[in-house]
Amino acid sequence: MNRFEYARASDVAEAVRARAADASARFIAGGTNLIDLMKENVARPTRLIDINHLPLRGIEDTDAGGVRIGALATNTAVAYDARIEARYPLLSSAILAGASPQLRNAATTGGNLLQRTRCYYFYDTGTPCNKREPGTGCPAIAGVNRIHAILGASENCIATHPSDMCVALAALAATVRVTGPSGEREIAFADFHRLPGDTPERDTNLGEDELITAIDLPPEGFASNYSYLKLRDRLSYAFALVSVAAALTFDGDTIREARLALGGVAHKPWRDTAAEAALAGKPANRATFETAAAALLADARGYSGNAFKIELARRAIVRALSQAAAGTPQVQTDKRVR
Amino acid sequence: MSMTYLGKAVSRVDGPAKVTGAARYAGEFPVPELTYGVVVSSTIARGKITRIDSAAALGVPGVVQVFTHENRPHTAYLNRSWRDEVAPPGAPFRPLYDAEIHFSAQPVALVVAEDFETARYAASLVRVEYEQGPHTTDLERERGTAYVPPKKRNGIAPPPDPRGNAVEALAAAPRKIARQYVSPFEHHNPMEPFATTVLWQDAGRLTVFDKTQGVQNVQSYITSVFGLKAANVQVISPFVGGAFGSGLRPQYQVFLAVMAATELERSVRVTLTRQQMFSFSYRPNTIQAISLGARPDGKLLALTHEAIGNTSQHEDYQETVVNWSGLLYGAENASFIYKLVKTDWASPADMRAPGATLGVFAIETAIDELAYELSLDPLALRLANYTERDENDGKPFTSKELRACYQQGAERFGWSKRNPAPRSMTEGRELIGWGMATGAWEALHMKAAARATLRAGPMLEVASATADIGTGTYTIMAQIAAETLGVPIEAVSVKLGDSSLPKSPIEGGSWTAASIGAAVQAACETVRGKLFKLARGLENSPLANADIEHVEFADGTIRLPGDPSRSVPIDRALAAAGTEALEAEETVGPGLISSRRFSRNTHSAVFAEVRVDEELGIARVTRVVNAVAAGRILNLKTGGSQVMGGVVMGIGMALHEETMPDHALGRFMNHNLAEYHIPVHADIPAAIEVIFVEEHDPEVSPLGVKGLGEIGIVGTAAAIGNAIYHATGKRVRDLPITIDKLL
Repeated sequence: MNRFEYARASDVAEAVRARAADASARFIAGGTNLIDLMKENVARPTRLIDINHLPLRGIEDTDAGGVRIGALATNTAVAYDARIEARYPLLSSAILAGASPQLRNAATTGGNLLQRTRCYYFYDTGTPCNKREPGTGCPAIAGVNRIHAILGASENCIATHPSDMCVALAALAATVRVTGPSGEREIAFADFHRLPGDTPERDTNLGEDELITAIDLPPEGFASNYSYLKLRDRLSYAFALVSVAAALTFDGDTIREARLALGGVAHKPWRDTAAEAALAGKPANRATFETAAAALLADARGYSGNAFKIELARRAIVRALSQAAAGTPQVQTDKRVR
Repeated sequence: MSMTYLGKAVSRVDGPAKVTGAARYAGEFPVPELTYGVVVSSTIARGKITRIDSAAALGVPGVVQVFTHENRPHTAYLNRSWRDEVAPPGAPFRPLYDAEIHFSAQPVALVVAEDFETARYAASLVRVEYEQGPHTTDLERERGTAYVPPKKRNGIAPPPDPRGNAVEALAAAPRKIARQYVSPFEHHNPMEPFATTVLWQDAGRLTVFDKTQGVQNVQSYITSVFGLKAANVQVISPFVGGAFGSGLRPQYQVFLAVMAATELERSVRVTLTRQQMFSFSYRPNTIQAISLGARPDGKLLALTHEAIGNTSQHEDYQETVVNWSGLLYGAENASFIYKLVKTDWASPADMRAPGATLGVFAIETAIDELAYELSLDPLALRLANYTERDENDGKPFTSKELRACYQQGAERFGWSKRNPAPRSMTEGRELIGWGMATGAWEALHMKAAARATLRAGPMLEVASATADIGTGTYTIMAQIAAETLGVPIEAVSVKLGDSSLPKSPIEGGSWTAASIGAAVQAACETVRGKLFKLARGLENSPLANADIEHVEFADGTIRLPGDPSRSVPIDRALAAAGTEALEAEETVGPGLISSRRFSRNTHSAVFAEVRVDEELGIARVTRVVNAVAAGRILNLKTGGSQVMGGVVMGIGMALHEETMPDHALGRFMNHNLAEYHIPVHADIPAAIEVIFVEEHDPEVSPLGVKGLGEIGIVGTAAAIGNAIYHATGKRVRDLPITIDKLL
């Protein structure tokens, strides 16, 4: 861990100014990822700007009929918020599928969006990594890649985004509100995270000097028919090999609208609108779900250690959609897959 | 004779200290004017350091020194000076010895600073340049180079001699199977990281607080490597946060801390990171081949078991892998081969039931496979080939209640209700499987010493240099002492984990309860004899005509059992004699004749239930019954916990644990507890039932104790794998059994 300075910001404008003034400064909120990265010498900020005292913890209704979640609301606060539980249970469920109670008590909503990959090589400064040190190469492609991408990867990077919460936010089509030196702007969730391409060092389209202030959820929460299904190498406290956020609305027995997003499979939460379109207007049965899964995975590519994730994803999509359609979502408390 | 403490469910005497934080661990001892050392680790697996630049690190204010191979102090020259009590044959690794890199993450520098944060930062500034050599780390690819280790490792039985003609018998056998089983690298991953705090005192005296399973082993290593006098080196390790065998040998942090302390004449602490915990000591990657030939009725005609395990380039690490097949099953024709492959990894090390976990996984899976081949019940097949003596050398066992383990375990589990057909049991969308396996381990008694000191109060202290790695050593020492001298357990204090205490072997091999227990009992009995003499010699002693065989020591008194009025309080006996303390030290070792005449083993029968979501490849263990025959059980609570912990670790071996190597880099990659998966609570069934089968065995050790540290893990992985086969019809022969293998 390098030496760094510490400054506490008292309002959003001051935080943004401080960040703009120092290119190697970083915001710190819950610190559940950044501190680890600093201990491993992966992140070496010269200054930490503590934003924990900014007034960004609220969860409130929006004029548009949705809900706004402050960037500093903890994962626990969001998961157990009565409005979120009632109107956006998919989001609650996804949050509770991840980490541990202790981590969720500290981790914030904004920080969750900015989690970095859990790629073994990214975390080990004794190895090359294009994301950590651009141009050094990607040993994961021919190496240990069990937890790596099957969709949207590039020859430079096959890392995955580790968040569960973000998979639900992608499915719900949330909006990220950010503030920078030139004011506020909104970023559609689908545009927030990036694919690696030839700039794997960049995880998101957030400006270097921008601060996430809130997440806006649209009015439709898919509260009746949803499921978040997470498959991993033990029953709890592991990152997803594959996770699926599925959400449906119905006209009688016909699917009116579908949302389908995957975690653990790509450099970003992988929402596929073509697969969603394949579900809309169809009866909710296994054949429909398999068609959607096939559409989503049409371009999937596996590597030596993770090719199984393509078939696993296909089955997980079918299961999650079945759970959503039946109104029997995956329960996160006892960790058993239903 | 009825017992107050022995055989009862006595709570850990060290429990309150552990849960309140009063128990101190190696990296926690407060030491004045302490400096902190942080290790810099190599990034290559093999080659040479061509340049090492410490200038930037040395330039950081607060940095005291950067040690590398270029400025290290003089150390011992001969390999034998570096060998510890359990070192395998070969040349032990010497930290910072020269420019050679032998394995990835080898320590290449130690940065010492006035505070930890400065040392850690400065360590990131040390620049190391390498000339990389070619490395070989892939056992599967190198298996053609396997060799029989020319020099046997002390204490490790070589494979048994062949019996009959296995090749011919196999060829002629009416029914047969031949299978290969693979097990991955596994790291011990105790919760507590390896750490050493060296208190440097004037005149070069060192007090070394170390995480170890053997304080005297570490003391002799330090004196031998650095040429120090034993009187000037005291090693202390009162509490160990788990070790599982990783603390049997002195690890490199103790070398580095002592080196820095002696050079700087300062106190030094070195604590390893979790990643650095993956740079030494692991269960070797192993490939095993088993062939079985049998009659249709199940009688085994031929058995061959071959194992290849990896070792380092510099040591021939060996463990007992294949012998267990021959121990458990009587086949007239059998052959056994155990070979090593040199790889550019650090040396493997004993990890809970070393060798047995692997060999028994293979043979107990193969027996299950044969049972299906023959359409026989797996338990019936085992009983059809039950051995009454150790088939490897023809010796009788001191005791073997394995048959009772099978019977009681099966009954508790409900084995008779099992439908033998794979995929025959379901509930909802889950397939249910029931599997079982046998477990076996050694029941060793090692020479050990203990001291007992009785004072007024009465207060009794017992002491031995042994360790308690969470196993319950403190508690059983207190129980034995309290029982022998008839004092309340609260009146007993236990000292261990200090090299200045009576001599003890390393704490491992499941031998501590039998060995230290015998020594404690002997020391207490000597005190008891002295005390009785004092009591009988009192003026007008109510015990004047009594004989020691006829009195009992109870409630802090010595008395005649039939006549409570004829009683002498311990305090009175001590006071009247004007004696402040009665003390005795005794050393007890195994009977050599008995060792030659008998085989001594613990046995177990493990039954497991799994439920498998076949579509998603998810297996979960929902029930385990482990019936164990291990002689006398000193403490039902700590003993039960030991077996339960072994089962938990066995679940990890079956479903989760695997250190993943990148062979291109020659480096372990999932070197953290997020990605090296051990079971979490959700993976552990609510019901792990431990049955202790009655086994009276006065031959095996003075207390009739066999030990429980390892037996719980042995057989568990096979039972789970067999249950998964029963559930799904899929046989997975390479561990761990993860989602991808069940899809």
